Amino acid sequence: MVEWTDFERAPIQSIFSKMDYDDVGPAPLSRYLVVYPWTQRYFGNFGNLYNAAAIQGNPMVAAHGKTVLHGLDRAVKNMDDIKATYAELSVLHSEKLHVDPDNFRLLADCLTIVVAARMGAAFTADVQGAFQKFLAVVVSSLGRQYH
Amino acid sequence: MSLTAKDKKMVKAFWAKVAGKAEDIGCDALSRMLVVYPQTKTYFSHWKDLSPGSAPVRKHGGTIMGGIGLAVASIDDISAGLLALSELHAFQLRVDPANFKILSHNILVVLAVMFPNEFNPEAHVAMDKFLAAVGRALSEKYR
Repeated sequence: MVEWTDFERAPIQSIFSKMDYDDVGPAPLSRYLVVYPWTQRYFGNFGNLYNAAAIQGNPMVAAHGKTVLHGLDRAVKNMDDIKATYAELSVLHSEKLHVDPDNFRLLADCLTIVVAARMGAAFTADVQGAFQKFLAVVVSSLGRQYH
Repeated sequence: MSLTAKDKKMVKAFWAKVAGKAEDIGCDALSRMLVVYPQTKTYFSHWKDLSPGSAPVRKHGGTIMGGIGLAVASIDDISAGLLALSELHAFQLRVDPANFKILSHNILVVLAVMFPNEFNPEAHVAMDKFLAAVGRALSEKYR
């Protein structure tokens, strides 16, 4: 069981409650597809991913980015048992989508960068620590059911 | 994953924009690393003050960014340019190379915080590749 202090819960709840999903949603996924281009292997049917401009303008990427970000809502609401919350999603990513779980870590890093850019100096070291701990638990839970 | 001509051009252009704040960047990146990855504090047990923004942290952040600047200037042959630093890290400092990735990540976070508009995805991928190349160059002499 992951232990959360109040000092960790607060920034995580705050970041997600203030998040504008229409604005922030597409950003982490499109950044991940640009920074780690081999990840495009999972998006063969998304059309034009030829360069950074194409990726950032791609409506399927934008829509899927929002879907993925909303997927984090459940973890934010159930911080005390993220592992159980994501058991089904973990099976989905393993058995049906066949996604290498290292991708969860890559996307989490891009989300950190996007949130850091949006928050600026308010993204202090302590906030960064809490946010990265949260994402690390999410990443671990999503990989948990792989076998 | 070696640096293409496009990567080198992007790194030099981006560095030109941010170099003026190098010490602040280094100080913030190192401060974050010590807080978010507390195991890294083991390398600085000889410092009196490991708190974010402290004098030794600021000074060392500046030193590190000096090395990064040297790597930018040597971007066509980073291994050659960082030879002395590689020997230092290999034989004297003996920092576990996994930590180069950790510090690189924190540098990227600080770049996002301080330069949200300039640190777009293209700048991000070039800087990520560049910092990985720097880490590799620093690890050259380890074994």
